[in-house]
Amino acid sequence: MSESAVIEEVKTNPQGDVITSAPPPKADAKKGAASQRVVSPDYLMLQAPREAVFMTGSEAAKEAIRRANVDIAISYPITPQSETMQQVGYLYAEGYLKDYYRGEEEYGVMSAIAGASRAGVRCLTATAGPGLIRGMEVIASWPGGRLPSMLLIMCRVINAPLAIQPDNVELSYMLNTGGILFHAENQQDFYDYILAGFMIGEKPEVTLPVAVAVDGFFVTHARGWVSLPSADIKLPPRDCYHEAVPMMDNENPPIRISRDAPIQKSNFISYHMHASWQQEVWAAQARANKWVKRWMGSPIEVVNPTAKTIIVASGAMVSQSREAVRQASEQGIEVGLVKIKSLRPFPSQELVEAVDGADRIIVPEFNYVGWLAKEVRSAIPRTERVISGPRVFGGMTMPTELIMSYVKGRR
Amino acid sequence: MVMMNRGAVYEVLPGPEGILPPAATVMGVCLPEEGEGLLHGRIVSEEEAMRSAAIAMLTRRNPTLFPGPLMLWGWTEHTRDKSAPFFEVAREIPGVRIIPMPDYRPIYPKIDPEAVINPCHPNLTIWHNKIEACVLIGVHCHFANVTLKIIRGGTNCFTIALCAEAGHEDAMSSVPNVGAEKIARFAEILRLVKKEGVKPLYAGQGIIPSGWAQVASLGGSAGGQNGAFVDNGLSHHGLSHDLEHGLDENEE
Repeated sequence: MSESAVIEEVKTNPQGDVITSAPPPKADAKKGAASQRVVSPDYLMLQAPREAVFMTGSEAAKEAIRRANVDIAISYPITPQSETMQQVGYLYAEGYLKDYYRGEEEYGVMSAIAGASRAGVRCLTATAGPGLIRGMEVIASWPGGRLPSMLLIMCRVINAPLAIQPDNVELSYMLNTGGILFHAENQQDFYDYILAGFMIGEKPEVTLPVAVAVDGFFVTHARGWVSLPSADIKLPPRDCYHEAVPMMDNENPPIRISRDAPIQKSNFISYHMHASWQQEVWAAQARANKWVKRWMGSPIEVVNPTAKTIIVASGAMVSQSREAVRQASEQGIEVGLVKIKSLRPFPSQELVEAVDGADRIIVPEFNYVGWLAKEVRSAIPRTERVISGPRVFGGMTMPTELIMSYVKGRR
Repeated sequence: MVMMNRGAVYEVLPGPEGILPPAATVMGVCLPEEGEGLLHGRIVSEEEAMRSAAIAMLTRRNPTLFPGPLMLWGWTEHTRDKSAPFFEVAREIPGVRIIPMPDYRPIYPKIDPEAVINPCHPNLTIWHNKIEACVLIGVHCHFANVTLKIIRGGTNCFTIALCAEAGHEDAMSSVPNVGAEKIARFAEILRLVKKEGVKPLYAGQGIIPSGWAQVASLGGSAGGQNGAFVDNGLSHHGLSHDLEHGLDENEE
C-alpha cells in the first residue's frame, strides 16, 4: 500500500479532528429490519419466548427500540444519554427507524417531537439532567396537546456546580406535567417499560406522552441480565386515527381542525375550557393504570408484605434497598420493600394497601429534596409512619449500611 | 365499582353539578369493556346502557344529536359507514334536533347556539335550546370528555356518548366500540322501547330542522312525519358535502 493511500483513509472533520465514528453499515445491514414482523403487544411483551443477555442499560434501551416500530427519533446529546442515542443511531443505519436527526438543542428537540407526534407517527427522544430542564417548557405542553411520544430520561445532576453524576431531582419536575412517568430499577425494566410505555401512551383513552426514567450510569452504563424476545418481531405501528384528538392530517380536509390550538383566545368560558381540559389530561393519566397492570404486572412490586418496617423506593434505589432487605434478613430483621414502578399515574391505592400493616415506612432517595417521600406522604394515611430518608445526591452512591441504620432506628 | 376515598360511590348524574365537577375517572369510575356500558358511572350491560339512553332521548325535552368531526367529515370507511344508521337513529326520535360539532376551535365573538355546539362552551348550546338529552357521536374522545364535563357542571342535560373507542366516564350513559352495527342496534332499541310502551314526548313530530342549514338541506324533506332526512348520497359520502367549507365566523 502506498503512503498516499494510507493518508486518504484518515478522514477528518472541518476542524481537522480525526473522525472516529463507526463505518457505514454493510450492504445487508437492513436485512434484519426488513424481515421483522408485527405481532400483538401481548405477544411481544408477555408471551414471546425470551433469552437472557448480559448488557448495559443503554443497550437494553436499544433492544426495546429495535422492537418498538419507531418512526422517528430526534435528540441532542448529553451525558449520560448520549450512549443510548448513539445506539439508536445504529438502529437507524440498520433500517429500524425511518428517520433520525440531531436537533439544535433540547427546546428544539422537544418541539420537533411535538410536531412529529401531532403528525401521527411514533416518536422517540431522550435527554438527561440540564437537557430535560431546558426542554421542560415544551415537555410540559405535550400532555395538554395529547401527544403520545417516548421520552427517555437518564437522570443526572441538574443544579450548579455542574456535574454529570447520578441524581434524580429532575424527576420532581416531571411529576406535575400530566404525562406518564415510569422509573426503571435496572436494565430489564428499562427494556420492558419502554415497550409498555409506547403502547400505553397510544391507547385512545390515554393518548399521552410517556417518560421512562433511569438513574444515569447506575443503569445506563452498567451491565445486567436482560431477558429478550427474538429481534425479528416488533410492535404494531401507531394508529393515530384512533386516538383522543385528531392528528395533523395534511392530506385530508379539514386541515384547519388542528390549525390552531382551541384555547388560545381568552374570555371567561375559555378559562372554563382550560380547566376542564386539564382535568381531562389527569383523567387520561389515571386511565393508564389499567394498561400498566396489563403490561407491567402492577404499578408496584411488594416484597415481605407483612413486615412492620417497609422501604418504599423507585429506580436504582430499589436495588440498594433489596440488598438492605437481604442484609436485614441475615440479621433476623424482617424488612419489606415496595417498588414504585409508575410514578405517574401514582399507585396511591396499591401503596395504601401495601403499607397498611407497617409501623415504619423508610423512603431512601437519590436526591436532596425527597420528592418520593412527599409523594408517599400525600398518598397514605397515618403519615407519621413515613421516615423521609436516607438520601444521597450529587453523584453519591447509597451505602446499604446507611439504609440499615434507618432500619435499625439509629437515624 | 371503585370506591372513593370518602367511602361514597360517585354517580354521574344530570346536573347542574356546579362549577368544575371532577372528572369521573379520578373519582373511581372505570371504563366499560366490550359488551358493557356505563350508566351513571356504574358498569352495566351494553343493552341496559342503550335502553336507558333510548328512554332519555324519547322522554326528555328537546333531544338532540351532536355529530362530531368523525361523523361529519367522512375521513375513513368506518366513519362513512356510520352515516346511514345515524340517520336511522334520528328517525326513531320524534322531535330530535341535529346540531353538529364541526370542529373544536372556539368560535368568537360568540357561537350561534342553534347552528353548532362547540367544546369550549357547550353549555351555551344546551341552555339556548333547552336540551335535556343529547347524544355525542363522532367526537374525538378528548373533546367529548371536556364537553361532557362542562355540560354536567352547568346543565340538567342527560348526556349519552356513543364512542368508537373506549367509552366515556363523564357521560350519564356510554357504550364503547360503537361502529355502524351498534348505531343500528341503538335504533333498534329505540323502536323496541317504544313498542314496550315508552311514549315519546314529541310523538308525531319528525326531525326538527336545526343545526347548520346545510345539514338540514342534505335531507331534503326534514321534519316530516317519517323524518325523511336521508338522501341517497349520505350513505356514500357521509355528512361531508358542503360542510367541507366549514364555518367561517372564526376566520381572521
